[in-house]
Amino acid sequence: MSKKDSPKPKGKPTTSVKKSRPTRPPRVKMNEQPPAIRVKNFEEVPFGLTPEQARLEASRCLQCKRPKCVEGCPVQVQIPDFIALIAEGKFVEAACKIKETNVLPAVCGRVCPQETQCEATCILGRRHEPVAIGYLERFCADFERLGGHVELPKKAKPNGKKVAIVGSGPSGLTVAGDLALLGYQVTIFEAFHKGGGVLVYGIPEFRLPKEIVEKEIHYLERLGVEIKYNHVIGKCKTINELLTRDGFDAVFIGVGAGLPRFMNIPGENLNGVYSANEYLTRSNLMKAYLFPDYNTPVIKGSKVIVVGGGNVAMDCARTALRLGANKVTLVYRRAREQMPARAEEVHHAEEEGIIFKLLANPVEIIGDEQGNVCRVKCQNYTLGEPDASGRRRPIPIENSFFELEADLVIIAIGNNANPLIPQSTKEIKTNKWGNIITDPIGRTSMKRVYAAGDIVTGAATVISAMGGGRLAAKAIHFDLMGVSDPMITTACQLPKEDE
Amino acid sequence: MYEIVEKREEVPNIHRLIIREPNVAKKAKPGQFVILMPDEKGERVPMSIVETKKDTFTIFMLELGITTGKIANMHPGEKLYAVAGPLGQPAEIEYYGNVLLGGGCYGIGAIYPLAKALKAKGNRIVTIIEARSKYLIYLEEKLRIVSDEFYIATSDGSRGTNGHVQTVLDRLIKNGHRFDHAKFIGCTYMMMNCSNITAPYRIPTRVALNTIMLDGSGMCGCCRVSVGGKTKFACVDGPEFDGHQVDWAELMKRKAAYQEAEMISYQTSPHICRALIENYFGESDE
Ligand SMILES: Cc1cc2nc3c(=O)[nH]c(=O)nc-3n(C[C@H](O)[C@H](O)[C@H](O)COP(=O)(O)OP(=O)(O)OC[C@H]3O[C@@H](n4cnc5c(N)ncnc54)[C@H](O)[C@@H]3O)c2cc1C
Ligand SMILES: Cc1cc2nc3c(=O)[nH]c(=O)nc-3n(C[C@H](O)[C@H](O)[C@H](O)COP(=O)(O)OP(=O)(O)OC[C@H]3O[C@@H](n4cnc5c(N)ncnc54)[C@H](O)[C@@H]3O)c2cc1C
Ligand code: SF4
Ligand code: SF4
Ligand code: FES
Repeated sequence: MSKKDSPKPKGKPTTSVKKSRPTRPPRVKMNEQPPAIRVKNFEEVPFGLTPEQARLEASRCLQCKRPKCVEGCPVQVQIPDFIALIAEGKFVEAACKIKETNVLPAVCGRVCPQETQCEATCILGRRHEPVAIGYLERFCADFERLGGHVELPKKAKPNGKKVAIVGSGPSGLTVAGDLALLGYQVTIFEAFHKGGGVLVYGIPEFRLPKEIVEKEIHYLERLGVEIKYNHVIGKCKTINELLTRDGFDAVFIGVGAGLPRFMNIPGENLNGVYSANEYLTRSNLMKAYLFPDYNTPVIKGSKVIVVGGGNVAMDCARTALRLGANKVTLVYRRAREQMPARAEEVHHAEEEGIIFKLLANPVEIIGDEQGNVCRVKCQNYTLGEPDASGRRRPIPIENSFFELEADLVIIAIGNNANPLIPQSTKEIKTNKWGNIITDPIGRTSMKRVYAAGDIVTGAATVISAMGGGRLAAKAIHFDLMGVSDPMITTACQLPKEDE
Repeated sequence: MYEIVEKREEVPNIHRLIIREPNVAKKAKPGQFVILMPDEKGERVPMSIVETKKDTFTIFMLELGITTGKIANMHPGEKLYAVAGPLGQPAEIEYYGNVLLGGGCYGIGAIYPLAKALKAKGNRIVTIIEARSKYLIYLEEKLRIVSDEFYIATSDGSRGTNGHVQTVLDRLIKNGHRFDHAKFIGCTYMMMNCSNITAPYRIPTRVALNTIMLDGSGMCGCCRVSVGGKTKFACVDGPEFDGHQVDWAELMKRKAAYQEAEMISYQTSPHICRALIENYFGESDE
């Protein structure tokens, strides 16, 4: 798993590692649905690469000896190795290569912020455009899946230990997969009636088809993982009961962030004001876009305002368009450069006609007599000195109010930690934001209890939740079976964050 | 799991269901609820837990719209698609002294576990239930057993007092009854009116709010209500709140948010519910 494995393909004849070739093909462009058409459907926007495109793109990779790209990936996918396999046309092998370190390549290839991770550090990016690592990752995962036959890796013999996993988001799925392979008997407890966490209830169909998530969960089930849905841990069972009454040897907590933040301004409880979580859950998990065939309704809105500038805000805005809105305005406190959303999503949103109202923030939501939203009063902002996050601080400009018409307002300004588990388990310590405190490898303050993902880090990314999950799986393996791993030793040397 | 063990229409449109789910049965405390889904396409509907027995629990369900209609059309032996719970905070059960309980509609059932638990704590229980007409009264015998005084109100006057819970309550207080605590479950109007009556007498009053819910675990904020000027999530902070602090006007507006959509989904539903369309808005009409 460490970098030592990578020199293998060094001598591959397919990729001469001489000085950069004079004629390098340009970075591949993925075909996608044209904006005017895609805003009318919920189908995935980019189509994926063809095998020819994939091989051509793979040929751009320099097969660096010290691949910088790998350093940029939070789970150290062996990027040059899998790309070399694509170049040779060995697509299924390439998918298996990725899966050694990343169990959800079809997901990550689609939703990772590659431009700040693997592709940001790709050597080619210095002079040309970086290799389209995300596209390639998506390509081979799709190829394997659509081929219908996903190889099950070899499983270790059952070791007699039982582990409970709370939450089926990316962190929980990773821990489940890793431990099942190591011979553990794994049970996932999920609060909802479907598995996948944010991947099913948050990220919309047009960005991540739910069929992919279902396949991944099916794969875990084939590995022998049991999933118990509709189990809200902390309510129907406590962590303590899992450890004592139910006889689990360890518990992993991956319950995500999931407590929506509001702005605490007047009018926030009017009808037609949603948290992003509610809006997306109605539309994605409950499939309100198929109402009335599916019974859960959602307010569609014709003039929609989305507050926020992250991936979640983009997803809400683009969903609103697809549900039939005439005009969708995104209101964000800072400037465009500070938007935390992935570049590709911002670009897609703009193409689709989302209006960006930057350097502005709502101060009041105004309703009619029936309690429905009709206007939002906003204030203009300017940027001041950089704050703790390193971004320039937004400062309201006095007496610079303006109003926007709206019949639907979606608040996508982030989530706080869900308190259900800490509330019902006093032994688990949390920090002042309610996030569970762990050591560098995911051990909580309670013995035999581990945690990772958004509940530990605050809202982050799919791949970082998976990375945290992977470490926690190793920590569990170490604590229960005494098997150490270089990853643990490396992680333990890291200084503890903000304490 | 999730199997409907027994189902009976107690009175028109109110069904008593016994459902098998050991997690709920073992853990439920008075005042908690479950979330049910009849099938993959249905909504997630909250229902109060009324009784538990070994690995089953009982609910009383008012057949109202599409999702409750679907459940009402299921048969014993069939399985619900999802049952999650117990959810919410248990009701406050203490020794108070003289306790007044008011229930209407599905709340006649939902108030029963509170009556039982409060009685067991040594409280003196005065129960008032309301219905539109005498043929809509159910659970009377069981409620009488745990009540020291028991009153009925019907809006058509066919039994007991002609009027509502608040009519009887008002009379009792004016006749010199002293109450140390009150709890109400039922339609929002009833809970609001009763809270308004107890407020001037400073009777501590708890109401079990039935906001619209989605996940039921604090994740979406759909169930938010203003209580004492602060936003609370009914599914995790409640459902029981101080009736004198609830912003009733806001709550009623929020409950009506989907009336149009509900009508559409009800009318386009392939199955035919027996509930009459008027019944549909009956809950909040009065
Ligand atoms: C709309 C949206 C778009 C995003 N887009 C991107 C993107 O493009 N790229 C990216 O990298 N990241 C993105 N993210 C962030 C990413 O999805 C999260 O960081 C990641 O999913 C966190 O994973 P997790 O395992 O910690 O938890 P989650 O995915 O949050 O899953 C937690 C699971 O635990 C369950 N649960 C909660 N409480 C309990 C309980 N008490 N008992 C049992 N189960 C419980 C929940 O139902 C849920 O299924 C996005 C997030 C959102 C909301
Ligand atoms: C904590 C709690 C406990 C409850 N206990 C019971 C009970 O024991 N018995 C009972 O019959 N009813 C109970 N209810 C109310 C019940 O959940 C609704 O009547 C039901 O959801 C209506 O669903 P429907 O699809 O059949 O009707 P719809 O046609 O969808 O709606 C009819 C009306 O029901 C309300 N409603 C709609 N969707 C929801 C939702 N997801 N959650 C809550 N209310 C909604 C709205 O005011 C709406 O106008 C409870 C509600 C809550 C919040
Ligand atoms: S997992 Fe994400 S960051 Fe890592 S290589 Fe794949 S796309 Fe890049
Ligand atoms: S840094 Fe770029 S060019 Fe080098 S191996 Fe990685 S992907 Fe290939
Ligand atoms: S129902 Fe979603 S937070 Fe209460």
